[in-house]
Amino acid sequence: MISSIIITIGILFNLLGCLGLIRFPDVYNRLQSATKCVTLGTCSILLGVLIHYGFVEIGVKALLSIPLLFFSATVGAHALVKGSYKAGIKLGDKSVKDDYKEEVR
Amino acid sequence: MRYVVYFIIILIFWLLITFSLSLSNIIVGAAVALLTTLLFGKYSLESNVKIIQPQRYFWFIVYLFIFLWEVIKANFDVAYRVIHPALPIKPGIVRVPLEIKSDIARTMLANSITMTPGTITMDIVGDEIFVHWIYVQSDNPEVYAEKVSGRFEKYIKKIFE
Repeated sequence: MISSIIITIGILFNLLGCLGLIRFPDVYNRLQSATKCVTLGTCSILLGVLIHYGFVEIGVKALLSIPLLFFSATVGAHALVKGSYKAGIKLGDKSVKDDYKEEVR
Repeated sequence: MRYVVYFIIILIFWLLITFSLSLSNIIVGAAVALLTTLLFGKYSLESNVKIIQPQRYFWFIVYLFIFLWEVIKANFDVAYRVIHPALPIKPGIVRVPLEIKSDIARTMLANSITMTPGTITMDIVGDEIFVHWIYVQSDNPEVYAEKVSGRFEKYIKKIFE
């Protein structure tokens, strides 16, 4: 029962993350929703699997996937953001501040 | 010595992820762990003394709960901005000074910043960290340094330094 609720919440967050991917204006904001909502959503699904099956083979594997997913998502987002900035993709029109400009040039 | 610790951690991870204790599996795991250690061992921790100090684990657990709470808040924050019809965002890139020095602590701080309220770490140049922020709340550098990294920095200092 608890596992179903957690998995449902996870799917909901994944949905919101994908919605953000469509709605946000530029690549940087899109990555915000892609890393945060989707990572938490997927982690909730994995946690739900762990609670449903307990500490057997599939549960332990799901638990181990959480740190792997966490590190790959954050490092991947960082690499994508930095890479797109270096490739010259502009910030969206709504942006108010850009301290990184002087640093790159 | 640090290579041995690294090797053991990788081997345990391998055994957990394959989830079998047969002899052939242990041999394959040892081979993989050895190869990984030889290739990437030089990037592992600088000292082993830190691994066996219990207070670091205590602070790690405290940090884990604080971090989890922040992550959940971050998700509701981003979800709210996604659903809101007017799309209330005010993005920008800010520079935040760093206090911690060691590489692994900086990596953890950067990862934590990426996972929390509307911020993504972009780059570290010298002693400053560049952060893309989805809603820049003020123009004062001290205020946003506290908002972005202040909550985590003191715990990460206790865990890794």
